[in-house]
Amino acid sequence: MPTIIVDGKSYEVSRGKNLLEACLDAGLDLPYFCWHPAMGSVGSCRQCALVQYRDDDDKHGRIVMGCMTPAADGTRVSLKVDEAKEFREAVVESLMLNHPHDCPVCSEGGECHLQDMTVMVGHRDRRYKGKKNTHRNQYLGPLINHEMNRCITCYRCERFYRDYAGGKDLAAQASRDRIYFGRHQDGILESEFSGNLVEVCPTGVFTDKPFLEDYSRKWDLQSSPSICSGCGVGCNISPGERYGRLKRIHNRYNQEINGYFICDRGRFGAGYVNGDKRTDYVGLKEPSGTFKALKRGEVSYHLTRWIGDGNIVGIGSPRASVESNYLLQKLVGPSNFSAGLSFKEQTILKRQVSILQTTKARNPSVKDIEMADAVLVLGEDLTNTAARIALAIRQATKNKAIAMAKEMGIEAWHDGAVKNLAQEERSPLFIATPASTKLDDIALATMTLAPEEIADFGLKLARHLTEGDSEDPQITEIATHLTTAERPLIISGPSLLNANIVESAAAVAEALVRSNQNTQLSFTSPESNSIGSILLSEDQNLTLQKIIEGINEIDVLIVLENDLSRRLSAFEMKQINASSAKIISIDILENETLEMSDMVLPAASFAETQGTLVNNEGRAQRFYSVFPPLNDRLPSWQWVIELARAIGNKELSAIESFDEIVELCAKNNNFQALLSVAPNKNFRDHGLKIPRQTHRNSGRTAITADVSVHELQQTPDNETPLAYSMEGLNRDQPSVLTPFVWSPGWNSNQSLQKFQAETDGPLKGGASGVKLIKSSGSGVSVACDPTFSFTLEKNFWRLVPIYSLHGSEEMSYHTKEISQLAGLPFIVLSDKDANNMKVSDGDGVVVTGENLKMSISVRVSSRMAEGCAGYSAGYNEIEQLTADAHVQISRDNDWQPLKPVVIATDRIASFKSQDSRHV
Amino acid sequence: MLSSLRTMWHIFKHLFQKAETVQYPEQMPYLAPRYRGRIVLTRDPDGEERCVACNLCAAACPVDCIALQKDTRDDGTWYPEFFRINFSRCIMCGMCEEACPTYAIQLTPDFEMCEYDRQNMVYEKEHLLIDGVGKYPDYNFYRVSGLQTATKDKGEAINEAMPIDTKSLMP
Repeated sequence: MPTIIVDGKSYEVSRGKNLLEACLDAGLDLPYFCWHPAMGSVGSCRQCALVQYRDDDDKHGRIVMGCMTPAADGTRVSLKVDEAKEFREAVVESLMLNHPHDCPVCSEGGECHLQDMTVMVGHRDRRYKGKKNTHRNQYLGPLINHEMNRCITCYRCERFYRDYAGGKDLAAQASRDRIYFGRHQDGILESEFSGNLVEVCPTGVFTDKPFLEDYSRKWDLQSSPSICSGCGVGCNISPGERYGRLKRIHNRYNQEINGYFICDRGRFGAGYVNGDKRTDYVGLKEPSGTFKALKRGEVSYHLTRWIGDGNIVGIGSPRASVESNYLLQKLVGPSNFSAGLSFKEQTILKRQVSILQTTKARNPSVKDIEMADAVLVLGEDLTNTAARIALAIRQATKNKAIAMAKEMGIEAWHDGAVKNLAQEERSPLFIATPASTKLDDIALATMTLAPEEIADFGLKLARHLTEGDSEDPQITEIATHLTTAERPLIISGPSLLNANIVESAAAVAEALVRSNQNTQLSFTSPESNSIGSILLSEDQNLTLQKIIEGINEIDVLIVLENDLSRRLSAFEMKQINASSAKIISIDILENETLEMSDMVLPAASFAETQGTLVNNEGRAQRFYSVFPPLNDRLPSWQWVIELARAIGNKELSAIESFDEIVELCAKNNNFQALLSVAPNKNFRDHGLKIPRQTHRNSGRTAITADVSVHELQQTPDNETPLAYSMEGLNRDQPSVLTPFVWSPGWNSNQSLQKFQAETDGPLKGGASGVKLIKSSGSGVSVACDPTFSFTLEKNFWRLVPIYSLHGSEEMSYHTKEISQLAGLPFIVLSDKDANNMKVSDGDGVVVTGENLKMSISVRVSSRMAEGCAGYSAGYNEIEQLTADAHVQISRDNDWQPLKPVVIATDRIASFKSQDSRHV
Repeated sequence: MLSSLRTMWHIFKHLFQKAETVQYPEQMPYLAPRYRGRIVLTRDPDGEERCVACNLCAAACPVDCIALQKDTRDDGTWYPEFFRINFSRCIMCGMCEEACPTYAIQLTPDFEMCEYDRQNMVYEKEHLLIDGVGKYPDYNFYRVSGLQTATKDKGEAINEAMPIDTKSLMP
């Protein structure tokens, strides 16, 4: 390891780092702006200046930029010498020339990297007497607020948005000190990762707009280590609460999964927690059909009166925690428990799990996916079904650039040089999907195929890889790229609801793994705990459809956090409703299933309870409550225990703490590792609990003073090692228990580097999450012989789900901003089909099928499989449309073109004639 | 013995000295304007609430007796949706006044805050807000700040240049 000498002291640093990284690793405070651990160095802000010396005799030295200078063995530098200090102070002083006088009304204040760096370099008094530059702001959509005056031109936003996330509509514009970062005109930011600008921007140019509406300072937020429940990737998040409202979500670093970035669904999609659709009190349906709110004390009486010892069936949920699902399964017995998935979902996910349990290929984390150097995507629109993985694949295509740079002796952190060298060279990415995806722009080739054709294509490729029999130029080309790659990745998933695609992906991976041990095979999963519920009910096959068949033999049906209407047809829902079975629903938001229930138990959301979720790779991760549940809400596992008490189940009634459930659950073969996911409630950090609040949390003696001046005791947290308090130590604990990052002098999220063992490395507290799926390595046997074909039928179309990050997911849709962005449902037709039908973008079509007739707006795409019609999946309005259904589609002549959905703009009517003047 | 006599003499002498007792409340003592008494929220010279809900007072408060929530007016300015001081906890240290970047929160020479019921020591914004500028007659934060409001466009704040024309190609 190289040794560098800083101010006469030697430090050992890792190989291949630059001086800035080396200094930060050594625990020294060196200010910086433009460098970002994930995006490397460009040397544009000139802030990390230090003086480098040739040798011991060199007393003069020269100023170099830390981020642009390699930390070679024997490098001598000084941070403390006056020349370097003055230089850094001068840089901040010049950045502050135009910085507006608005910290008190800036939502970055208190977690602003610019504030921290200004204090760090010691700049205090403004000497320049000239005027400050100003800029017009832009409307960037409901998620991001723009205040261009605050910009210090570090270029981080552009480098993230364009270079890292592949966005096209935000860039640096104009010359010299007129430089401007924004869109070509006002409009909603198109990237699915725009929210990261909030964290990437070192000052307050891009801020979180929903948070701004209900703002609290970072020091006032009560945070907890949590897991995003937006999709199956399981990104780590740090939600913040104050006054009983979930205020915002920040990324929580996990080297293996999300690193520094999360998608916009994860960041902005949890507003439903504060929404008016939340269930607050226990509701008992009266004969009139309306719900009567029960007092908390009455609940157990009614439950006991009701349940008796009849035939009780439980429906679990892929969005409820492992523990809640497990308890329900235990309560009703394994043969009476359904994972709560539709038949198709269950079949495919089960197969995915069984493949991952036996495949010889590796099951990669998101970080591993980033390392892949050839990628084949089968049937997944990753940006919309597993957004963080799509971002990782975008990075994977840059591995060729890094390899080229390595050959030339250029370090990977030398971002500008690496890009310049690579130009348009990318690692190969192949995408086979029925419709266009957001990764098409970086794909070497895209294939527009119907679901069956994708499966067929995969199997053909697998056959070619083993036998080399194909003459198809595309297949041979892809095979060559995959076989010459060092770490090829095959990625697929259940989103098209076609089991054969998953099967074919496994076939390709198995064929590749024979010649390359590093072959990776990954599957997405649709919901936050889909894989967990499959692992739980591995041996059982009670599907929702079977429950409905036997619905009349059921006395009580317990539905756990599951809106069945999203998985069942209207007809099946009616069957349940008409049956004599009494339905008890435990859920977070109002939905159709709750409406037809006889009793509703209000559940705590992910922000108000703890539990374990299993992500797409089978990694179990613990999330913790951010604040105690309000009203009569209870965590669903507690409701199940209440139910157990009503039924008289002695074993479950005796459970008193969450840890006991974990211990019980760990007896299940698949969940043995559950105990090591997180420390139990008795864990103490240097003898103390871990505080959810910062040490500077304010207002403790005033928050509840309007109700009573006698201060309440802080809510005790007896279930976890965390405390709803500012007392304790947020340091040196396992990463899974880190609620927020802060370090003296580092108030912004850049303080993360103080929690990392080294810059861009693992956290000091170790990895968090434990893989529950370990492959036996025996290999998957897939029959490569079958051929699947898709036949065009005149006047009939095959429905194919099209997912959208904003709108397709059940819970996030109930967040105001997300539902605005989701817009209205649509049908996608290929341009050929549209041409034949004489419809164009924005027209309407009538979709007719079995018990189905509806008018929907049309989008025409050149990359949509012919004979297939995409429908926006997960939208409540078009619930009747299901994957694979055969429908007739015809032009709707009475269609009223929809007016463009205008989302509220930032333009306030009373603002003086602003439109005429804006940029 | 001698010491006792000396003490008696000293006490006896006091019989002829002017009494120090102030006939409070009939006779009010003089308190300087900078005396740290009851806290008020002031208005700017234009009569608008000065507080921009930046939360610095709350953060500076050593006894954590200030709680507020930021909200935004239609004109784009920030203000506290509620602002609460629990005077039964307040130690009149004046840290909030020092932290305030807009001169909104000020301590006044009023100390007569006794209540029979402690609950009455909890002051909401309506109790705190006064109709004047307090000790600082001139300052209006939004005239200085770079934030655009309905009445102040970009470039109209003190010491601000007009917005930049990004399309200009002038060197």
